[in-house]
Amino acid sequence: MAVEIPKEKWTAQVRKVTIGATSEEGGTRAKTLTVGGESALPFLHYEGSFPNKPALAVEIRDRKPDDWSPLLLDALGETAEDPAKWAQAAEAMGADLIYLVLSAATADGNPNTPENVRAVVRKVLDATGLPIAVVGPGQAEIDNELIVPAAEEADGERVLLGVCEEKNYRTIVAAALAHNHLVQSKTPMDVNLSKQLVILINDMGLPLERIMMDPTTGALGYGIEYGYSVMERLRLAALTGDKMTQQPMIVDPGAEAWKVKESKVGEGVPEAWGDWNRRALNWETLTATTLIHSGANIVILRHPENVARVRKVIDDLSSATT
Amino acid sequence: MALTGLEIYKLLPQTNCKDCNYPTCLAFAMKLAAKQADLADCPHVSEEAKTKLAEASAPPIRLLELKGSEGEFQVGNETVLFRHEKTFFNRCGVFLRLQDSLSADELKEKVAEADAYHVDYVGIDLYLDGFAIEAASGDPKTFGAAVAAVAEKTKRPLILLAATPDLAKAGIEALDETRPLLYAADADNWEAMAQVAKEAGLPLTVRAETLDELADLTGKIKEAGVEDLALDPSLSGYLDSLHKLTSLRRLALKENFRPLGYPVITFPGSTESVDAAILAAEQIAKYGGLIVLDEFDPSTLYALLVLRENIYTNPQKPIQVQPGLYEINDPDENSPLMVTTNFSITYFSVANEVEGTGRPAWLLVADAEGMSVLTAWAAGKFDAERIAKDVKTFNVADKVPHHKIIIPGHVAVISGELEEELPDWEIMVGPREAVDIASYLKSMWTT
Ligand code: B12
Ligand code: SF4
Repeated sequence: MAVEIPKEKWTAQVRKVTIGATSEEGGTRAKTLTVGGESALPFLHYEGSFPNKPALAVEIRDRKPDDWSPLLLDALGETAEDPAKWAQAAEAMGADLIYLVLSAATADGNPNTPENVRAVVRKVLDATGLPIAVVGPGQAEIDNELIVPAAEEADGERVLLGVCEEKNYRTIVAAALAHNHLVQSKTPMDVNLSKQLVILINDMGLPLERIMMDPTTGALGYGIEYGYSVMERLRLAALTGDKMTQQPMIVDPGAEAWKVKESKVGEGVPEAWGDWNRRALNWETLTATTLIHSGANIVILRHPENVARVRKVIDDLSSATT
Repeated sequence: MALTGLEIYKLLPQTNCKDCNYPTCLAFAMKLAAKQADLADCPHVSEEAKTKLAEASAPPIRLLELKGSEGEFQVGNETVLFRHEKTFFNRCGVFLRLQDSLSADELKEKVAEADAYHVDYVGIDLYLDGFAIEAASGDPKTFGAAVAAVAEKTKRPLILLAATPDLAKAGIEALDETRPLLYAADADNWEAMAQVAKEAGLPLTVRAETLDELADLTGKIKEAGVEDLALDPSLSGYLDSLHKLTSLRRLALKENFRPLGYPVITFPGSTESVDAAILAAEQIAKYGGLIVLDEFDPSTLYALLVLRENIYTNPQKPIQVQPGLYEINDPDENSPLMVTTNFSITYFSVANEVEGTGRPAWLLVADAEGMSVLTAWAAGKFDAERIAKDVKTFNVADKVPHHKIIIPGHVAVISGELEEELPDWEIMVGPREAVDIASYLKSMWTT
């Protein structure tokens, strides 16, 4: 019996977004990263085209974080002491994008400064040829204060700046406009909020080709199902022609998964949780791969081993031989 | 897919005799389509029409039921492609595979360990659904003994991986009063395997390399009298699994394609170069039915079982606990009081943490409509007013005369308003994450 495989006819596709600029394009990056462009649900090659694979961003910090899981700090070793070394290590791990997160305070407890930010951004740009993202610590005023100098320092590099949220996007978008960068538009797990913020940012004059959409996610066991479903809904809307949902999606399984007890704590937890290191690695990996299946175009990761682990999956899913 | 009113109408006698108490056959057909009437109310409907209607109203993915000597397991009956459309209903099974090449003692030891595996996730007890025993020896006697050994240590449902009639029979004979799944019929052995399944009244797995062959085989086996089937579409990795399982789900739901409307069994550990944990996770999200693991590793199993819980929760209704004043470790009037929300994940993160400190404490669980701390705060369901109200509703002041309340660090901003709402109380701001509660209490609560 010849079984006819049902195929969906989609009418639209995800927008392409390119992060980073080579010297021909006014930057200094050795390569750029393009994501998006697919015209079907994730990896269903038989009903659409997938010009770009999902990409892996690796998070680095401007200084050694004091609240990360000891497992992560052990795995990173001394690279975590220096953002330049960390960026190089991330490149060696196989990152497509360096995701630099600025701290609110310096190691001695003083507020982070614009000078500091410029120096770090410069260091990272010099240390790697990969495209980069620079985001603030996630507190509106501090973000604005730190992202503007970062945008200036990286003028023309088409950096992904963030994080734009509903209450706090104008300054960051203005900086992106002034210095030829892109932005990460983040909203709390809601299809309409995602669209609205993209519209607001676009209304300021930033082309849609320079907006990555972050629908927010939760870790495995801590709300991943909400993020998963919102992403599926956004992607279905995009493929059926809803223009403002067609931005490629970036999500942060690394930060979410490494925040939870399962990956942070090794002692005094139920025996049924199993080996701490393997559990923690699984937590980040499975959060990431599950989100890749719901349409993520960039996932941000933290652990070196997981970068390799998730890469293999993406490569297999992206090989259109079957 | 169910028939439309008009399609049903064509199967009715079309005499408008009104014996069904509806004015016309069409009116009755419409009610049937809306599932508001019962076909039995029409005394004149033909046998042929009855079968057709019954067939059309059967679920697109047939329910498969397995039974152990005590445990039961059901899978199938799914109705949507995406969980947000409604919900995924019958959790896919997670089974552990064992070979009969192990000695009876080794088997018993392994089964006992895995069978005893329980893990608590937000108050939900998670565990393995059962075991699959593989006739690796090829010898019916050895296999029968292995099945008996496994059944001695677990009451959960079993899958018999025994692909010849002799092996399958030996497995079946080693069991009583249970309903294992037989595995597998393929193009070469299907007649004999169907015979065994039919005689024993057991469900049978059908395996083939392509969906075409699979559909051929299920048709033949159904004709041979075995209706309870599972499918093994011979998956070879992440992409093959995604493509085939998506196609199977779509064929069942969108085309109502009966020959492939059965739950799917997968063996994520069978493909070399594939990370079994990641493939199993993919199959949990993307349409797996019975997932058979090769390794018993709690650090993987826990993650997979939690993922399955997450994917199969009802998206319309967060899992929540009863609001109220909870006692942890037998508190008295000097014990600290903390407040949190009634979202299960939030409540259990905090409650487990406090319990772990070994210190007695009160936990006020506010009625935040099942939302996390920040979600509820952002939605106006966990503000000063709400907390003050619940302090009164649950008579908290009587039980904790010290009048100190610790709020989650994430909502530090409400402390001012809460002071106004609870004038004779001291509002303390706790840490942001539950993991830090132990050290916080150590330094801040010195009674
Ligand atoms: C899942 C989620 C949802 C789900 C709801 C899930 C639920 N049942 O609550 C959905 C998608 C429905 C949702 C909706 C919204 N959300 Co929401 N959501 C999240 C998300 C991703 C995870 C929340 C979660 O489950 N965390 C896990 C639980 C366990 O955390 P928790 O409750 O905070 O508990 C921890 C601590 O607080 C602490 N703790 C808890 N109690 C106590 C008590 C004491 C004493 C102490 C010391 C500690 C402590 O212990 C726990 C573990 O450490 C977060 C972002 C994120 N990644 O965190 C956004 C987030 C909470 N949501 C947000 C918003 C704005 C909303 C919406 C208002 C958006 C909108 N306008 O539609 C709606 C509101 C809902 C509504 N109107 O119905 C914002 C809140 C922003 C802010 N700071 O105000 C967040 C932070 C996202 C963001 N970055 O913007 N959301
Ligand atoms: S009883 Fe049957 S034949 Fe008579 S009107 Fe009703 S549906 Fe038609």
